[in-house]
Amino acid sequence: MTAAVPLEAVLVVAGALFCIGLFGALSRRNLVGVLMGVELMLNAVNINLVAFWRYLEPRFITGQTFAIFIICVAAAEAAVGLAMVIAIYRNWLTVNADAVDSLKG
Amino acid sequence: MATVIQIIFGLIAALVVGAAVMVVTVRNVIHAALWLIACFFGVGALYLLLEAEFLAVVQVLVYVGAISILILFAIMLTRQVTGEGVRQLVGGWRLWLTAAISALLFAVAIVPTVISHSWNLPAPPGPPGTPEPLAGVAELGRAFVYEFLLQFQVAGVLLTVALIGAIVIAFEERARRRRVLTLAEEHELRKRLAQPPPVEAPVGEPAPAPRATPISEGEVQQ
Repeated sequence: MTAAVPLEAVLVVAGALFCIGLFGALSRRNLVGVLMGVELMLNAVNINLVAFWRYLEPRFITGQTFAIFIICVAAAEAAVGLAMVIAIYRNWLTVNADAVDSLKG
Repeated sequence: MATVIQIIFGLIAALVVGAAVMVVTVRNVIHAALWLIACFFGVGALYLLLEAEFLAVVQVLVYVGAISILILFAIMLTRQVTGEGVRQLVGGWRLWLTAAISALLFAVAIVPTVISHSWNLPAPPGPPGTPEPLAGVAELGRAFVYEFLLQFQVAGVLLTVALIGAIVIAFEERARRRRVLTLAEEHELRKRLAQPPPVEAPVGEPAPAPRATPISEGEVQQ
């Protein structure tokens, strides 16, 4: 793997995934769509960490440990975020991110 | 061998990027969630190709098995406003600004940096053919109970707090639970909401847009 595919190729794929996720998080009107974009961005970060581990420090385990902690935090974020989406839907009858603006000055 | 790996990597990269593009552009949110599952599978396959087997299994278990199902449930619980005909992306200049920011970040910042930076790749060990020293699942488990013990415990506490928080946020008391209205009640409610212009809504008109104000408790309940 390390001989056949250069590190740059993996990093470019991860960068593309991150930018697509950023676009989704910023342009979706649906709150669930925004969360999907955030999940894509977290996945891109994980690909980066695993690629750096595999190419640069294959004999230490730190890169994979980081990736597992990020997966853990992403799971917590998804659970709390989706619970908030459901709570917002219950009170406002909408999941449009533009319509929920009670805190807007 | 190298060509096979390159072809596999190209297919996986195409799957990941293509599925991600579908996630952010497709109109139906359910379809977006299904494309998200495909994208997670692609990322898991990429981990497998990078020889991180445990992470690939964790990716399939956590992302494909748990987070996707959570997202699908959230979509179905908010079904009335996530249907087919609803506009899903922001409109006009905001869409173009967002697309420009993402494309410029990729083309101007990420790719030139990645290409031009000289990575400090370690030298291949010995003559060609010798296996590379590679940390596996055993080292991972040992790292979790020795080096990263504190972080491991903190992650456990974080997951517990997130679990409790999600339940507290999404919990609905029985007394406040909004029951499904009958047709007559809904008609009555609509008439009351459309009071300021006293004109009766025509029959074929779609339901009024949801109001962006909290619904008080006594309004809907009988």
